[in-house]
Amino acid sequence: MIRILRQIARTGLVSEAAPPPDEALRARAPEIQAEILALLGRALAIRQVDAGSCNGCELEIHALNNPYYNLEGLGIRFVASPRHADMLLVTGPVAKNMEPALRIAWEATPDPKLVVAVGDCGCTGGIFGESYASCGKVANVIPVDVTVPGCPPTPLAILQGILTAVTARAAGG
Amino acid sequence: MRIPGLNLQWKALPGEAPAAIAAVGEWQWTEAARLVREGGGRLVALWGADHRDLAEDEDEYSVYAAYAVKDGLAVVELLVPDSAPAFPDLSGLFPAAGRMQRALFDLLGIGAAGAADTRPWLRHGAWPEGAFPLRRDFDAAKLPPNAFTDYPFVRVEGDGVHEIPVGPIHAGTIEPGHFRFSIVGEKVLRLEARLGYVHKGIDKRFEAFTVAEGFRLAGRVSGDSTVAFAWAYAQAAESLLGVVPPPRARWLRAMFLERERVANHLGDLGALGNDAAFGFALAQFMRIKEDWLRENAAVFGHRMLMDLVVPGGVARAFDAAQAEAMIATSHAVEREARELRAIFDEHAGLQDRFLTTGRATPELARALGLTGLAGRASGQACDLRVDFPAVPYGELAVRKAGSAAGDVAARVAVRFDELLESLRLVRAIALAAPDGELAEELPAPRPQAFGVGWVEGWRGEAFVALEAGEGGMIRRCHAHDPSWQNWPVIEHAVIGNIVPDFPLINKSFNLSYSGQDG
Ligand code: SF4
Repeated sequence: MIRILRQIARTGLVSEAAPPPDEALRARAPEIQAEILALLGRALAIRQVDAGSCNGCELEIHALNNPYYNLEGLGIRFVASPRHADMLLVTGPVAKNMEPALRIAWEATPDPKLVVAVGDCGCTGGIFGESYASCGKVANVIPVDVTVPGCPPTPLAILQGILTAVTARAAGG
Repeated sequence: MRIPGLNLQWKALPGEAPAAIAAVGEWQWTEAARLVREGGGRLVALWGADHRDLAEDEDEYSVYAAYAVKDGLAVVELLVPDSAPAFPDLSGLFPAAGRMQRALFDLLGIGAAGAADTRPWLRHGAWPEGAFPLRRDFDAAKLPPNAFTDYPFVRVEGDGVHEIPVGPIHAGTIEPGHFRFSIVGEKVLRLEARLGYVHKGIDKRFEAFTVAEGFRLAGRVSGDSTVAFAWAYAQAAESLLGVVPPPRARWLRAMFLERERVANHLGDLGALGNDAAFGFALAQFMRIKEDWLRENAAVFGHRMLMDLVVPGGVARAFDAAQAEAMIATSHAVEREARELRAIFDEHAGLQDRFLTTGRATPELARALGLTGLAGRASGQACDLRVDFPAVPYGELAVRKAGSAAGDVAARVAVRFDELLESLRLVRAIALAAPDGELAEELPAPRPQAFGVGWVEGWRGEAFVALEAGEGGMIRRCHAHDPSWQNWPVIEHAVIGNIVPDFPLINKSFNLSYSGQDG
């Protein structure tokens, strides 16, 4: 226990001392949280679906959960079931073998649902394209609100994509 | 001498991987497998190619098996006639061959004669029975609509036996796959996985790339192993092109590979702590990993180091100031990792969850061909960086990690050992990498030229076989992820454990779905 406390003391609160790229984000955090609260009255619940990714995009989504990005502090959390989700965060070209599961997840997500397609693959089919085994971009299978290009996109870009989708929904009512 | 006891005409393949290829007949195909098995060798990969358009008399396919033997990689090629597209089953000798053979049939229509399990593996219904995507006359435009099919799981009968289906979409942010548990109470009697959900046709897709450009796709076979696969691809391309990368490039590749190993081990150690209800570990390791990835981006331009290993060399290097910064970071990470390791070791709750959980004994590991990091944690002392060191590993004298315990604790311990060793390697490379050019010019490939690559990634051996076509294009490229060997072992390692321990056991192997699905 002593060791743990020492380690915590030494590290401090990382999310409060985020390096430069996150400064803008940190400054905006209260505003973002307020926006999400105003829109949903609670935290934004995201269900991630890997529809055929190379797993690179998943690693960057994982990174979003590290202390630098302070996701919970922004009022965003990942949930286990699409039934509890406001948003699907979909990666990969949609593998044909995942096409039925993606449709089921989308149908199970309550309206009004948001879909963010993450990564070049999700945006366009990316390097895998369309083939006997790949449906290509996510929008070929389910409606997409926002796309986040990059291979993989940085955690910050993914976060911005998520916020863009929320803000657009707020603006559109 | 590649396979003692068999008189074959070995043709050495030039390049970094210590490999040779020989043609075999049907009898020799089986005999080679038997002799490799008896000699303590391993099956690395099994794949096929459609060569019917090139054959002089009867149309033919090739089926290949790559074995790890004492003096390197022994690739055998069996020609299979179009009139009887089958080859002798290897799964009796190498159980890991079973799923590879099923995939080979799904994609190329060549079956393993005598195999017990012939259920489709990658074909879930996206293409119909009798259509084979890797055949050169396959026409994707003529496919019927996607018709997802159920899978005949093996049923366990008995009093009080329940089935729990999980997936393909899991609760967390992880890749998709289906797991079927048969349980009594909370205890797992049997686990059967159905994979292939993220099959996106990578082998076929390679045919749309030139030999010079295919590294980008290779680097996305399994994103967490992008360096390992891009390097294996580059080795294969350089082998068939007769190109030797400049010394500086070879040292840089090792820098990328070790940085990739560090990043993945950091992430896994945090996640393993978290799965054992120790959230503090996750936050700490994720923070250190984020710093590490940011340094990747600052020095090399990409957080995950994608597209940096290219055939002929590398795309980026570091300068003296960056070398110093990387050395300092590596020291800092090492200090923190040692501190965290001490915390892990002292934490009774963690040790309780890790010890004896998810055990793969050395006997089981040997029988099933468990490879890479998980293999080393189960007494399988293989590490290509030590056994067949490419430049610069010979000079760096990598220390091989290992344990015979085979449980989650052993896989955690091997990760810590390898993390610390890779941090040392990063510093050694930053100090000693020679100056010079970053890449060689690439000549045009000769049609049908063939090469292989074989690299010890953080998870295990990444293997690539490459055949050139006309006009600089790829004719056939097969990328093999070590997860092929290791997935079936998880099914054994969970037996007798409780269902709630499955996520921890699964994470302790951390296998790639994308890599095995292809
Ligand atoms: S966008 Fe890039 S990292 Fe993401 S799934 Fe596609 S290939 Fe992988």
